[in-house]
Amino acid sequence: MSVVQSVDNVALLPAYLAAGTAVLVLLADLLVARGRVTLATAAVGAAATALGAVLVGAGGERRTFCVGPDCSYVFGGRAALVAGVVALLTLGVLVLSGPLLRAGQSPTGEYCFLLACSMTGGVVLGAAGDLITLIVALETLTLPLYVLVGLRRGSLASAEAAVTFFVVSVVATTLTLLGAALLYAATGGLHLGRIGAILADRPDLLDLPLTTAAVALVVLGLAFKVAAVPFHAWAPATYDGAPLPVAAYLSTASKLGGVVALLAVVQYALPADVTGPVLALLAVLTMTVGNLVALRQRRTVRLLAWSSVAQAGYILAPLGALALTAGRAADARTAAYAAAVTYAVFFVVLELAAFAAVVALRPAGADGGTVDDLRGAARRHPWRAAALGLALVGLAGLPPGLVGLFAKVTVVRSLLDGGAGWLAVVVALNAVIGLAYYLRLTAALWAAPAGAPAVVAVRARTVGVVLAVTTAAALVLGFAPQLVLDLAAR
Amino acid sequence: MRLGEFLLVAVLALPALGALAVAATPRDRAARAVGTAVAALTLVAAALLFLGDRTWVTHAADAPAVRPWHRLDLPWVPGLDLRLHLGVDGISWPLVVLTALLTLLCCGYTMWKVPDGGSGRALVALLLVVEVGILGTFLALDLVLFFVFFEVVLLPMYAIIAGWGGADRRRAAVKFALYTLFGSVLLLVGVFVVVSAAGTADIVALTGGTGLSRGTQLAAFTLLALAFAVKSPLWPLHSWLPDAHTQAPTVGSVVLAGVLLKMGTYGLIRIAVGVAPEGARWAAPVLGVLAVTAILVGSLVCLAQRELKRLIAYSSVGHMGFVLLGVATLTTTGIQAALIGNVAHGVITGLLFFIAGAVRDRTHTGSLDELSGLRETAPRLAGLLGFAAVASLGLPGLAGFWGEAFAVVAAVEVGGALWTTLGVLAAVGGALTAAYLLRLLRRVTHGRPSAAVGRLTPGLAGVELVAWAPLVLLALAVGLAPTLVLGVAEAPVEALVEVLR
Repeated sequence: MSVVQSVDNVALLPAYLAAGTAVLVLLADLLVARGRVTLATAAVGAAATALGAVLVGAGGERRTFCVGPDCSYVFGGRAALVAGVVALLTLGVLVLSGPLLRAGQSPTGEYCFLLACSMTGGVVLGAAGDLITLIVALETLTLPLYVLVGLRRGSLASAEAAVTFFVVSVVATTLTLLGAALLYAATGGLHLGRIGAILADRPDLLDLPLTTAAVALVVLGLAFKVAAVPFHAWAPATYDGAPLPVAAYLSTASKLGGVVALLAVVQYALPADVTGPVLALLAVLTMTVGNLVALRQRRTVRLLAWSSVAQAGYILAPLGALALTAGRAADARTAAYAAAVTYAVFFVVLELAAFAAVVALRPAGADGGTVDDLRGAARRHPWRAAALGLALVGLAGLPPGLVGLFAKVTVVRSLLDGGAGWLAVVVALNAVIGLAYYLRLTAALWAAPAGAPAVVAVRARTVGVVLAVTTAAALVLGFAPQLVLDLAAR
Repeated sequence: MRLGEFLLVAVLALPALGALAVAATPRDRAARAVGTAVAALTLVAAALLFLGDRTWVTHAADAPAVRPWHRLDLPWVPGLDLRLHLGVDGISWPLVVLTALLTLLCCGYTMWKVPDGGSGRALVALLLVVEVGILGTFLALDLVLFFVFFEVVLLPMYAIIAGWGGADRRRAAVKFALYTLFGSVLLLVGVFVVVSAAGTADIVALTGGTGLSRGTQLAAFTLLALAFAVKSPLWPLHSWLPDAHTQAPTVGSVVLAGVLLKMGTYGLIRIAVGVAPEGARWAAPVLGVLAVTAILVGSLVCLAQRELKRLIAYSSVGHMGFVLLGVATLTTTGIQAALIGNVAHGVITGLLFFIAGAVRDRTHTGSLDELSGLRETAPRLAGLLGFAAVASLGLPGLAGFWGEAFAVVAAVEVGGALWTTLGVLAAVGGALTAAYLLRLLRRVTHGRPSAAVGRLTPGLAGVELVAWAPLVLLALAVGLAPTLVLGVAEAPVEALVEVLR
């Protein structure tokens, strides 16, 4: 047996580009030491990573680091989609951070470096083929965020948020690692496909308490990362304490990472009839609690945070329907995974647009403020407020935010195809609760301004560009959702 | 592209592009003029849909139950079974024309008077977007597309109420949005219950319930009927309607009562009954009982009502009860009564809301206690109110008569203790309708002029006459020649009833 493995460097190209970006940013900060250059380097690197992911992804599936039939790195259509979306999200967040960094509230070099590191984790995550790669990639994605959350100088809330996030996240990782170890002990496999095959071949393994505990630990640990109820308590405090662009990154790229990891584990490794009921329960709790608590929020970012908790519930719902489809045709299961990915992609586009609009409507470097701070914003900034309105309405799943409507349609359709009609009704009723608070925030934008003097919104053209591009993406996807549906199904 | 396909696209594209053009026009008055012109062009396109080959071969063995005059079928999102599949037939065409007409009248009315709250330009743009949604709903021949258009209407209508409405507009608007969304999410689930069981979303192929098991049909009908019952609205899901109507600006009320409610009854006939006939037969008695309850409750509430717009709003609950009773009988007579009742209610209630809005704008009150003696100071306005009220109570010779009378006839024709009782009770409801509308007239037009009414001048603005004249003429025309509606609807209704058996 040859000790030297052949490595497919083309498949790894996006990961190289992402990691290279981080190194370049570090060097640029060290050698040039000008904030603008550092930021530009990071932005160009993120764009190159996205381009690399698209080019490699267009060429069909590539595998590397293989032991026999099992591969640790599988770069297919979905991996390309995830890598591309994460890189673009990073690019968007970098540009949104411009005013924050210029205001001198966070050190530019460190900020960009950490964001690029996090992007590297996200790019590898979609391609992970074994549990170790998966967990390492997920940690690479989240580890820099602990620092980023706390990186606002002189902000106590920021430091508190960082500590909360750190503690919760470390516990979650520990749980997942323990689960992975137990799973290895029970099955002797680490590759996702191999574990799945072993568990399918030997159903008696599932009767072992050890296996049950392992499955539960892996799923619950990952549920922390997507902030599913009851493992959600960290999210609102962390989002609200973090600088706005970091909060945007947390609720988009980081959440997407959690979803992708969960999806990989559930789809390839763990038996659907065990994880299905757990995920269905998590989905119902997550969307209901998230929506109900969001109704009471007065602070903009907390409202968005709770709403993104609720949205995680919609993403989990198709996975929850799998228990019932266990005996069904494979295409119903594939459709459910594709639905979860599709919803996640549509969601991050709208969420990034919403955060970009909040950044654009607030003073440079400020936090999200309260809903009342945004009252009457449409009179001062009609276009920015319209973009925020469109994003919020899309998150509520209504036209003219067609992309959100199709996201909801995709989920409900996959649930009904999977025979989980009751879950579809729960999702549908939750959409009604969701509209109540999205409408409150949207209506505030066009309401008569409050008595307080109007705050001066940030005057950065770059923020406007991100907002315009994201909104345009949401509009285009609204008319051509098939683009994402096709990619997610591959 | 043939003429019919071109017209179908034009009917939707004109108001959609028109809304953008209105929003982009810098000057407010010019923008409103652009909007009115676009609405007029849309009406022309909608009326022209009548042209072309409409021959029907109802007795061919394999003819589908829905045979549109024109159709257009293009793929949009294959992954969600969503096709851009449009078509028009005798059931939808009268509603399409009514929608285009009422939108034109409302846009024209805003040329003259913009309600307080926001710019006239934004109001006209929103009216046109609402029109796109309603027309799309009536034209869609794909279940998923139907749902998408159904949703398009929600937020613009919310914005019209919340932006230009009365004092308590925000609460009313939110109530409207949440109730309606509750209905439409059930519609979403219902649509995909059907689509995932049948494997297609083509309404033409699905009508008749072929290939759907009894269980699926019952589930689908329950969900769809609930969804449409919220929109219609059917008692006890109606409570959003009085608030929304009372708070909405005049043009909002006219569109809301005139055509928005029709999306519910149209959906019930075309989608719920058409796609799940087995479910419809199963649920018909429940639907009938609820419809008659709506008639009686609506009338009784109206008898005790002290606010003009609220009274008209509640009268809609009663009138839509007659329409739903007609549908529930599942007979040719009943469904035809429902269709003509739909159109008549749109015309008459549109007119009533226009007049109520005019009274309120002049006197600054809608309270029946503060209104009396209108005929002394404003005889023309009082005369029109009298005409509209008499048309609404179903005087033979005016449009309101056919829908109410034949819904009762259809119920009695079905026979059996239940339906005969329902028919009798509905007839009692008809008498109550007459009672509350005559009470309205006695309070508002007769007696000594109250302080608020005493200041009025007798004249009517030219725009008011232009906006109301088509509705008055239509109420007369449909009343004298119901064949205007029934002629085109006869063949498709018979085909539909054929597959129900």
